Amino acid sequence: MSDAAKQSWAQPAAMAIPKGGFNKDSVEQGRYGPIFPKSPACYGFSILAKIIPGREEVFYEYARNIESAVAGQPDVLAVLKLHYLRWVLFPIKGDTYFMYQGIFDTDFDKYTEDAVGIFAASGLNTVFENLEGFPKDWKSNAPAFIQFVREHHCPSFLEYAEYPYVSADEIKKALKLKAAFSHMLDQMQ
Amino acid sequence: MLEFDDIQHILLTRAPALTGRYEFLSFRSATGGRKWLAAIEQTVQSTAAMRATVEKENRWVSVAFTWNGLRALGVDDASLATFPEEFKQGMVARAEMLGDTGENHPDHWVTGLASPDLHAIVILFARDNAERDRCKIEHGRLLAQCEGVEVLSGLDLNATPPFDHAHDHFGYRDRLSQPAIEGAGEDPTPGSGAPLKAGEFILGYPDEDGPPANLPQPEILSRNGSYLAYRHLQEHVVAFREFLREHGETPEEQELIAAKLMGRWRSGAPLVLAPDKDDPELGADPQRNNNFNYKEMDPFGYAVPLGSHMRRMNPRDTAANMNRRRMIRRGATYGPHLPEGAADDGIERGIAAFIVCASLIRQFEFAQNVWVNDRNFHELGNERDPIIGNHDGTLEFKIPKRPIRKTIKGLPAFTKVRGGAYFFLPGLKALHYLAGLTQV
Repeated sequence: MSDAAKQSWAQPAAMAIPKGGFNKDSVEQGRYGPIFPKSPACYGFSILAKIIPGREEVFYEYARNIESAVAGQPDVLAVLKLHYLRWVLFPIKGDTYFMYQGIFDTDFDKYTEDAVGIFAASGLNTVFENLEGFPKDWKSNAPAFIQFVREHHCPSFLEYAEYPYVSADEIKKALKLKAAFSHMLDQMQ
Repeated sequence: MLEFDDIQHILLTRAPALTGRYEFLSFRSATGGRKWLAAIEQTVQSTAAMRATVEKENRWVSVAFTWNGLRALGVDDASLATFPEEFKQGMVARAEMLGDTGENHPDHWVTGLASPDLHAIVILFARDNAERDRCKIEHGRLLAQCEGVEVLSGLDLNATPPFDHAHDHFGYRDRLSQPAIEGAGEDPTPGSGAPLKAGEFILGYPDEDGPPANLPQPEILSRNGSYLAYRHLQEHVVAFREFLREHGETPEEQELIAAKLMGRWRSGAPLVLAPDKDDPELGADPQRNNNFNYKEMDPFGYAVPLGSHMRRMNPRDTAANMNRRRMIRRGATYGPHLPEGAADDGIERGIAAFIVCASLIRQFEFAQNVWVNDRNFHELGNERDPIIGNHDGTLEFKIPKRPIRKTIKGLPAFTKVRGGAYFFLPGLKALHYLAGLTQV
């Protein structure tokens, strides 16, 4: 087996996750409670909540705002160490529900106050304020914000990765190296 | 305007002390505890009083309480419930998250520190040993008159020679990077950033996010107060010196290794400004020794390794939300100086320090959990803070270098946690309020 093939990223992997999102006997404690473990698909959350009736249009306006915010300042969300974010609206029995799913490289507990700060500064909060039960004093009450996120997080029971445990920074470094090699080869012509 | 006549001096000033003592107390009776507090509060200087009398004064006293201690004094349940959860739980309950496991676990701490019976600390800074001894005797007399107030343990402090600058037993110059506070009367040194809102450190004032919120009640109890995270760290001086000799062939190489672990030469000169050779004059010059950043001046850590102590404890312009993470450090060294080249004398020595902040969970616990003990901080993979991280010999320390970085594997533990606790440091009016409580 080559060295590359021995690397953890070279072998696709899946992880079955116990009910509740972590193994109670071996869970790591964070500042705000148990930490949901890193899976081959990195850290992540899936927050599901019901939206306040009649507020659907706010979510679409918000999407346009985020698109332009990221275009205007590409590193606006850098601190969250993200791979992907997905925002979804869907109906259940006539009500509209919202799902906010993120995949990222740090456990949420570690940088949670930074996330609250980013939410306030970037306007990410505007959708959360349209969810039922979201704490009105979230800007000055990080623990209440975090409690909402924890209570509305639906942990995965299975996660899979084609390239396990690779961080977004590592992927970007690899792509930069590839680009640098291409440039070097061009110079050799 | 900060209420300097109500804020305990330790929060905003540094006493010109060469020695001191901490005593850890338990209140077996609320009446005894309040009697003790009514007497000791007379000796606790405010910031204003300290500044006015510093030249002629020889001793400086501070008093702070655990959550259990507030309850033991008679604070009612409704008020106790308004304190933050991490303070209620105490440092022992937070041990795993703080990295206080293995050798650092509270099971191994010095007498009384891990006990729920720890209720208060009295902090004495003294100009010299004679004054320290006098105060110790005087405090003993007071305790003898206060039935039910017991000393769980005590720790004598002393500066380590040479006395012309503050430094620890490893020889690193200390007190180089402290945040300046808006309205406190001190200008920040170049490179230290703008003064921070007082609410980052003192309860009852606006902080970097806005007006104060969710403060413990009643207001008289929390106003002008703060929290102290106490850390008693033993320093393994012989192991540290052996490590330097193992990884550096010449004295110059050994000094460079010491500097890489810290991010500064032991003189205090920052590696960003003096990457190849020590510059003691720079190290001693507060107008220059903090005037640098990382993002532009050292993005890859060729000067200051990404995992070095200084870069972890204050990532400056390479971390978000820095104004919400700053802390004030106070404290002193303890134990005798071990001369260079001396064999291990078996005597314990180290640092007994306080991290002062308005939110233990957002400031101290974040620093300890993420900056100190996150093995993947800055994508480092298998490192912790080389000086104060939890080490079991399986971690490494990477020193970026062209063309190839140097990796030191099997980093030993240079420090060991010997005790710790969360204390609430009330203002002077709050001390008086506590001493006058009538509930039992």
